[in-house]
Amino acid sequence: MKNLFILLLVCLSVTFHGEYEWQDPKSEEEVVNVVVGDKDGNKFNVRGKIGDNLLYLSKRFEVQMEGACEASLACTTCHIYVDHEFLDLLPEATETEEDLLDQAPFLKENSRLGCQIILNKQLDGLKVTLPAATKNFYVDGHKPTPH
Amino acid sequence: MGAFTRQLGCIKRVIHQSQVRYSSTHHHVCVIGSGPAGFYAAQHLLKLRAAAQKPLQLDMFEKLPVPFGLVRYGVAPDHPEVKNVINTFTSVLKNKSVRFVGNIQAGQHVTLQQLVNAYHAIILCYGATSDRLLNIPNENLITSAREFVGWYNGLPANANLPVSLKSCNTALIIGHGNVALDIARILLTNESSLQGTDIAEYALKELKNSGVKQVLIVGRRGVLQVAFTIKEFREMVKLPNVGWDIQTEETVSDATLEALPRARKRLTSLILDSCKTNQAASPEKSWTLKFLRSPEKVERVGDKIHVTFRINKMEGEKAVPTDKLETIPCDIAFRSIGYKGTKLFHDLPFDEATGVIPNNHGKVVDGIYTCGWAGQGPRGVILSTMQNAFDVAKTVSHDLDGSEGSSVKQGFESLNISHRVTHYDDYVKIAEFESKTGNKLTSIDEMMRVCNSV
Repeated sequence: MKNLFILLLVCLSVTFHGEYEWQDPKSEEEVVNVVVGDKDGNKFNVRGKIGDNLLYLSKRFEVQMEGACEASLACTTCHIYVDHEFLDLLPEATETEEDLLDQAPFLKENSRLGCQIILNKQLDGLKVTLPAATKNFYVDGHKPTPH
Repeated sequence: MGAFTRQLGCIKRVIHQSQVRYSSTHHHVCVIGSGPAGFYAAQHLLKLRAAAQKPLQLDMFEKLPVPFGLVRYGVAPDHPEVKNVINTFTSVLKNKSVRFVGNIQAGQHVTLQQLVNAYHAIILCYGATSDRLLNIPNENLITSAREFVGWYNGLPANANLPVSLKSCNTALIIGHGNVALDIARILLTNESSLQGTDIAEYALKELKNSGVKQVLIVGRRGVLQVAFTIKEFREMVKLPNVGWDIQTEETVSDATLEALPRARKRLTSLILDSCKTNQAASPEKSWTLKFLRSPEKVERVGDKIHVTFRINKMEGEKAVPTDKLETIPCDIAFRSIGYKGTKLFHDLPFDEATGVIPNNHGKVVDGIYTCGWAGQGPRGVILSTMQNAFDVAKTVSHDLDGSEGSSVKQGFESLNISHRVTHYDDYVKIAEFESKTGNKLTSIDEMMRVCNSV
């Protein structure tokens, strides 16, 4: 058992959550633009790329999405509303995601978890809105750096 | 799996906080308790004060030598992903304006008056550390679910709970919440699936030798009133080699089901569908969900514990007693009907009936605030606690704006604490030790020995 822990320690020290989202798009073809609206009506334009996880991308751009469980589908802190126009372009929510959404305050028809949205070219122009009950705040207002 | 390593991956040594000196213009704030409410309040307050360019020193007090409260000691060991939030919390601990002070009991090592003299604001986030009681005869024969959860999670206060599962066949759990399902799952799950988690070593050993084959989960109301959530219930119908029996005794019409709000509808549908689901022909273990039963008395009969329930019927959302009784024999019984807050300071208002510190949007009196379960009562998912903590932090920040940083308030140094407290460095030592050995430290003495080792 001891060896297992050491092995995991080594593995974990070289892989990071959300590292991919810190890479800039290599070409314009790769770019996927997203507009994130907050509850106060502010709009944030986020320049993402194919394959980005919306939660980690938002964190990079300091848009308010919490993600307490780090995209492991164990909480609801990245609850968002997806603009209806784009809703059908997303893969259907899994049973686990639906189960978690059941616990989210202010649940709507177009509720999803940000951590389950992976960008593709079809989603260019995606509009999402944060509900009233999720905010994210960086400690000490620092500019996030990749781990 | 790898719960310790995950925690360790994000912590690095920092300069010992007590070496830092603060100017008299700092606001000193202390947070009592280092669970989710304390961390989210701290995180947001730091953010707001930094944005306003107002210097802040935040001291986080914890009675145990280690931080994280229920994330470390309440979340089930087979839900390691929920504990990922420790990474975010660790970034708060590493903030240069934060000092973790563990192994200190507020109200005992330090009085409220001392804290009031030392801090511009005090935020009470110490959760709920006792139980709601059934208030029935011989209740002492029933094991507290909260203590059992503390036991398998290695909480020092519960590490010596007398738990003997070897000669048990039937376990009875009173309550229909997520804690009840956590306990049922831990008792029924194959012990091998708990290996490599941060479950206490003694608990793993006890579960390996457990004789429990049947778990009865009994609630006082009906199928439409259960308090557990769908994620936890779905895990119950997915346990390998475990069968079940759901004894609803009520009919839920399609029209009723359709009219329910989404979450309640999906949960009820799953429960009702699970009544009909095909199960393994000869499951090794099983659970039974029983409704409409309120416990009235407990007796020891030979080796067994007999719990007698009053059978209820539902009138709207209310359980109404009938004249029928049912006695259920079992080998171990758990009380899982909710947590309750406790009083920490004799000189601060406290509502004994509800176990909550009375407050107005988080404000208790001038300079004293509360958030999380201590102020809201013990319910809700982490998101609810987070939102409440953010709101209270906003109020604290607003009030700090109205008070100048005063040199009269000197923070931690002025408390003159003489016993050995722990700081972030000590926690790092404990986390490293646990990662190295693969075992959670379950006594305060052991933790302090590791902290004091060179």
